[in-house]
Amino acid sequence: MGATEPSNPSRRRRRFVEALLGGGLFASFASFVYPVLRYLIPPPLADLGGDEVVAAKTGELRAGTSKVFRFGSRPGLLLMTAEGEYRALSAVCTHLSCTVQYRGDLHQIWCACHNGLYDLNGRNVSGPPPRPLEVFQVHVRGDEVVVSRKREA
Amino acid sequence: MRLLARTGEWLGERFHWEELIGPLAKKTVPVHRLTPWYFLGGITLFLFGIQVCTGILLLLYYRPGANEAFESVQYIMTRVQFGWLVRSIHSWAANLMILTAFAHMFSVLFLQAYRKPRELTWISGMALLFLAMGFGFSGYLLPWNTLAFFATKVGTEITGQVPVVGHGMMVFLRGGEDVTTATLTRFFGFHVAVLPGLTVLFILVHLALVQYFGMSLPPGVEARWKTNPGEARAMKFFPNFFLRELMAWYIALGALGALAAIWPWELGTKADPFAPAPAGIRPEWYFMFMFQTLKKIPAKLWFLDGEVAGILVFGAAGGLWLLLPFFDSMAGGRGRRWVLGAGIFGLGYMLAMTVYGYLAK
Amino acid sequence: MDTLQNKGGRFALPAALAILLWAVPARSQQNTCLDCHGAMDPPLQVTAEQFARDIHSQKGLSCASCHGGDPTEAGPDAMSKKAGFRGKVERGQVPEFCGRCHSDAAFMRQYNPSLRTDQLAQYKTSVHGMRRAQGDQKVAVCTDCHGVHDLRPASDTRSKVNPLNIAETCSRCHANGEYMKGYNIPTDQFANYRASVHYEAMTVRGDLSAPTCTTCHGNHGAAPPGVASVKNVCSTCHAFQSQMFEKSSHKAAFESRGLPGCVVCHSNHGVKHPSDAMLSTGPQAVCARCHTPGDRCDRATASIHADLLRLQGAIRDADAVLAVAESSGMEVSEARLNQDQARDALTKARVTIHSFRRELVDQDLQAGLKVTAVNLQAGEGALRERNYRRLGLAVSVIAILIVLFGLRAYIRLLEQNGTST
Repeated sequence: MGATEPSNPSRRRRRFVEALLGGGLFASFASFVYPVLRYLIPPPLADLGGDEVVAAKTGELRAGTSKVFRFGSRPGLLLMTAEGEYRALSAVCTHLSCTVQYRGDLHQIWCACHNGLYDLNGRNVSGPPPRPLEVFQVHVRGDEVVVSRKREA
Repeated sequence: MRLLARTGEWLGERFHWEELIGPLAKKTVPVHRLTPWYFLGGITLFLFGIQVCTGILLLLYYRPGANEAFESVQYIMTRVQFGWLVRSIHSWAANLMILTAFAHMFSVLFLQAYRKPRELTWISGMALLFLAMGFGFSGYLLPWNTLAFFATKVGTEITGQVPVVGHGMMVFLRGGEDVTTATLTRFFGFHVAVLPGLTVLFILVHLALVQYFGMSLPPGVEARWKTNPGEARAMKFFPNFFLRELMAWYIALGALGALAAIWPWELGTKADPFAPAPAGIRPEWYFMFMFQTLKKIPAKLWFLDGEVAGILVFGAAGGLWLLLPFFDSMAGGRGRRWVLGAGIFGLGYMLAMTVYGYLAK
Repeated sequence: MDTLQNKGGRFALPAALAILLWAVPARSQQNTCLDCHGAMDPPLQVTAEQFARDIHSQKGLSCASCHGGDPTEAGPDAMSKKAGFRGKVERGQVPEFCGRCHSDAAFMRQYNPSLRTDQLAQYKTSVHGMRRAQGDQKVAVCTDCHGVHDLRPASDTRSKVNPLNIAETCSRCHANGEYMKGYNIPTDQFANYRASVHYEAMTVRGDLSAPTCTTCHGNHGAAPPGVASVKNVCSTCHAFQSQMFEKSSHKAAFESRGLPGCVVCHSNHGVKHPSDAMLSTGPQAVCARCHTPGDRCDRATASIHADLLRLQGAIRDADAVLAVAESSGMEVSEARLNQDQARDALTKARVTIHSFRRELVDQDLQAGLKVTAVNLQAGEGALRERNYRRLGLAVSVIAILIVLFGLRAYIRLLEQNGTST
């Protein structure tokens, strides 16, 4: 690959070009490899799939208390009945989409916006809501309370 | 550089590798006004390599299946570190690759590199083009968003219109009568296993043929150099032409990075099979000319249903296109003129119908 | 239901008569009345198909159950006075006639123990009932609304008194200008109701709890609620707004002027979906109808209106920034979800307006604005991250450019002595 006798300035020029090329190649490779390496590291929040989510840890809720958790892009309501049973439903009121809450004193789900009431099966029993709340399935897995959408039969 | 040389020596004591790559080391590329067109094949190959790499990276997080696919792509785009970059590069490079594949094909046609003895190279290349479009069609569905779902529905519907075998083909593609999660699974299998396997095979054949026959000379240059041998110029493939190719590849990389960062690929909304099709469903741009043609064909052409007629015409055109090299040598010089004419007409038609398809919203 | 078979069994006749006269249910096998009346022209026409649809027929009653006569005799003999035939029931007699059975709780218990039996008593308190008592023959009686001979129960969606249909039934008289002449009440109620949000809720959104005429006016005891009791009617559903109104300054103000509560701002039949513009000064403004421009209340209204618009705008702005961030591939789903809280606050504020106290409305609005501020920050943070990405891109592009220059220089170097061949 050489020319005839490389003179000193020519050799310097060659070294410069080689250094430039080598440095550029290294820098560009680094800029490709760096994102790939970070990509390979799994993110801290594991994606369980669009259909289920860890709503709480066991022991987080007592009988008669509830918690709003995130299910996909909408809020969900996890509650523990007086008998100690977990229930999970959509927390989006079917009237005008306010976020509902569990009322331990009424044993019903209540919407503060217009006083709508649902029973613990999600059925709209009083007030403006025209349709029931969507009910989800709850499983306890180890120390996690997992909420998932009802599977199609 | 010295490390490389020493590795070479070590290997040379064990394998006669210099004999194997000898032809490659001696390979030359003719230098003339139209030499830049020789880059297109290499760029397409490079983009395919990018697709394989980004595709493998996406495979680490993507989940096929109607209830998970969209969410997994959303996960990649929003939670995986640089997932947005990998996915956007994959989507942009896919389109770029098909663009360069078409450009490569047309340049081969107009520079008449398909002539004897390179007919098989042309055929293997056309097979690669069809495989690339298959990649595009199957990959488009994988994010399972609304546009992709309906585009796939329409596309497979059109396949179903082919006489006799159409319905069978459609059911085979869809994994059933409708586009469902079974379709997604099937397309996923095509996209990551079947098509890559076939493509690698055809690439090897295509490259082997290109190496065997060497670079073709456009007829005008060929004639000139025959009369004036002194005018003939060539450069070595390694390192000269390859270094230039490397420049082209780096430009492509830079373009991909810019496209991914400034215009990241859209996620869309999750497909709902029970919702009505939104307005403005259209396929990807490389299918647009066919789609627009089928839209504009009148409902009935003689006794044939318009859409069926259109599909048959495209099928016939594709078949003839595949066999272009064989028409070239027919009827003396006339065959060649027909081929070139077909090429100009084909390119013009595709460009016009694609533009028309986008303007006629 | 099988009719007309004039088979033998004349000995069944006296037994049937006795049974019928005490109106105990019996599966009436013979109904010769329909033989003739099915073939007649209206108004005497009653076909078998028609009568088969009637709930009374389905429960085993026949023509004779109400009209008397002998359903086993053919021809005019069936209409024998001896058998108790009484012919057409006079319009003025209809309520008492129906009430013979329907107000008898012991009797109705045999058919449906949970059916009410106070319809006649209620009717007598209604405007229709009271006017009838004064001799008005034009007012509605049972058959006008319920139909006759093909009467369906109210739960049947085809019934004229099913909640979905009742407004139209009422409008047959009440929207008829000719018929209502002389009564001095408007006839545009149905037209107004059709344009209302209650009608839309029922017909478009399928919400059967949406009010129709009878919900607010009563059905058998139909009368307009008095000016003082309108709010009681509305508050059956709109509990929160009513509670707040009760404690507000406007309650006393309206009562002292004899104004009908909720109707003043929201109208009665043509209740439209309320909008923030009702607080403004445009054509939909309601406050401005009473309040003088520039006075203390008007200023308070203006500031509430401005604050509502401000929260709306803040929600919109945060949504816009989040949308841009999202479409650039940034992760902002948490903030997007929290936007719901701001929207909730806006909904609550619009209810709190009925307290007519600026501080309370302000509370809700401020809560909402706090949420939108946080979300806006999240969105802007996402945009900053996006710009950081573009910076990273610029860095790699520079590296690529260096490589390109280096390659070009290297090629030149190699080929300066024509070494390419």
